[in-house]
Amino acid sequence: MKFRAKITGKGCLELFIHVSGTVARLAKVCVLRVCPDSLCFGPAGSGGLREARLWCEVRQGAFQQFRMEGVSEDLNEIHLELTAEHLSRAARSAAGASSLKLQLTHKRRPCLTVAVELVSSLGRARSVVHDLPVRVLPRRVWRDCLPPSLRASDASICLPRWRTLRSIVERMANVGDHVLVEANLSGRMTLSIETEVVSIQSYFKNLGNPPKSAVGVPQNRDLESMVQVRVDNRKLLQFLEGQQIHPTTALCNIWDNTLLQLVLVQEDVSLQYFIPAL
Amino acid sequence: CELPGGDVHLEKLGEGLGVRPLLCGSSLSLRTVNSSRSAYACFLFAPLFFQQYQAATPGQDLLRCKILMKSFLSVFRSLAMLEKTVEKCCISLNGRSSRLVVQLHCKFGVRKTHDLSFQDCESLQAVFDPASCPHMLRAPARVLGEAVLPFPPALAEVTLGIGRGRRVILRSYHEEEADSTAKAMVTEMCLGEEDFQQLQAQEGVAITFCLKEFRGLLSFAESANLNLSIHFDAPGRPAIFTIKDSLLDGHFVLATLSDTDSHSQDLGSPERHQPVPQLQAHSTPHPDDFANDDIDSYMIAMETTIGNEGSRVLPSISLSPGPQPPKSPGPHSEEEDEAEPSTVPGTPPPKKFRSLFFGSILAPVRSPQGPSPVLAEDSEGEG
Repeated sequence: MKFRAKITGKGCLELFIHVSGTVARLAKVCVLRVCPDSLCFGPAGSGGLREARLWCEVRQGAFQQFRMEGVSEDLNEIHLELTAEHLSRAARSAAGASSLKLQLTHKRRPCLTVAVELVSSLGRARSVVHDLPVRVLPRRVWRDCLPPSLRASDASICLPRWRTLRSIVERMANVGDHVLVEANLSGRMTLSIETEVVSIQSYFKNLGNPPKSAVGVPQNRDLESMVQVRVDNRKLLQFLEGQQIHPTTALCNIWDNTLLQLVLVQEDVSLQYFIPAL
Repeated sequence: CELPGGDVHLEKLGEGLGVRPLLCGSSLSLRTVNSSRSAYACFLFAPLFFQQYQAATPGQDLLRCKILMKSFLSVFRSLAMLEKTVEKCCISLNGRSSRLVVQLHCKFGVRKTHDLSFQDCESLQAVFDPASCPHMLRAPARVLGEAVLPFPPALAEVTLGIGRGRRVILRSYHEEEADSTAKAMVTEMCLGEEDFQQLQAQEGVAITFCLKEFRGLLSFAESANLNLSIHFDAPGRPAIFTIKDSLLDGHFVLATLSDTDSHSQDLGSPERHQPVPQLQAHSTPHPDDFANDDIDSYMIAMETTIGNEGSRVLPSISLSPGPQPPKSPGPHSEEEDEAEPSTVPGTPPPKKFRSLFFGSILAPVRSPQGPSPVLAEDSEGEG
């Protein structure tokens, strides 16, 4: 098993720092899947979709160098379990660095070594090396860390402005724990929260829907009918506050009364967050 | 004495160590030691540091007292507020009423007066000589401050050493315990020789010391824009950190870990089994040396001892009540400078460092009551 990757360039480094920061905010232990053309972060342990979970993919384009050799030729992947905070901390030390290298090493135990080349304030080269302890996962548990494959969602809509969405959900979180998310295929979305004392609704329109081909929505859908799912507000807020990338695409998919999925894409990075219905 | 503006630095120092300052006479000196005796600091302020300095009148005894750190720090609590509102700070010692008076003259005619009670105490003087340390390095505090940034804030100890190519390496240190090491992330920061103003050490030397205390000193030195010198010797011998300015002089002495085999390998140095110097020989002074009351004669030996884990080669020394060096217990106002075994009830024992061993010797005028292990926790007074 071998893995070696290098990130250079301010934009790519910042993106990686944000990605690892997001993963650390939303999961304590994560699984790093090294695939032939990408690096995937997933939750540790099998839990299916009974809890809110994050998956993240960083495609090869984000790396200047990417070389890997998996467990075997037909199983060309490496699954590593590690503490997300370690990776985030190691990545943070690369703020303003010239390069960040990732490498699978063995230093008394398997490690993911993060080597950062810094330039000091006086222009002198400096290096920081972090050895993150990892656990190489056996093949029999590989299935657990893959993102779920689901039928096409019932509605798919672009999210409103991030800050607006976040502040609304934040205020709703002060009122109650359950939020109802509704959307249709005509660009309308509603967030509602209701308690004995008060009920709050936020209406968004003209949001836009992703093109059908990208989403795979079944034909003959009534475009106006609202699809809904009730989720834990705190989980939604945790994602809205915890995620750190600046997405060019942000959309959500709803499976009626079953599941809410938020998808963010920035360049070669994509984040997916699933929140099951209550 | 009067201090212009706010004396912000004292607070940073105190917060770093959380210990008691002692004020001594002719120039103002603040000395502190932490409860496990593994860190000692001494700041000496030249009279020039102050706008006005009135030393003890000749013929008067040298003023020496100890003050509760919590009280002293509470006077200088909010740095931001101090910098904005305090115009002048006057500190005076009132021997008769045993009070240290700190007066903050603030804007708009507001004057805050703090009366802190102090206790007489013995001199706290650690014996150390930077010149006797074979290795030293010096760099702007900023460089070292940048170097410790990647380490997690909760990290307790760090190893400093010279690697191949005369590079200075800082590495996180974790004790070799079965479970915890497996989970711990190891960070290593590498600085080039050119970052240092002076580097006098061979490849392979390394010491391990407490990062938290080092950070405390660094933040002060950085804020004052000073250079920091580190004088060190073999593992187990104390490391001396010094900062110097025309107005003040600071010395920090930290205990270092004596068993560094695993790190010796990593930093490329030969394996070293330094026998810990026999504690008795070093710390037992001759009672005859202390014939007079002069503070300089109250020398307190500083040694490191090793713990009594089975894996260690030498047995713990300070914990055995038998072969204690003769020392007298303090006067009734509890004497905190007395020798303290590393496990004092009420104080969590230092896990890795067995403490520097302070053996306090009182003048013969106070009749010694024979050797007795001092186990009482220092009295904090009224707090």
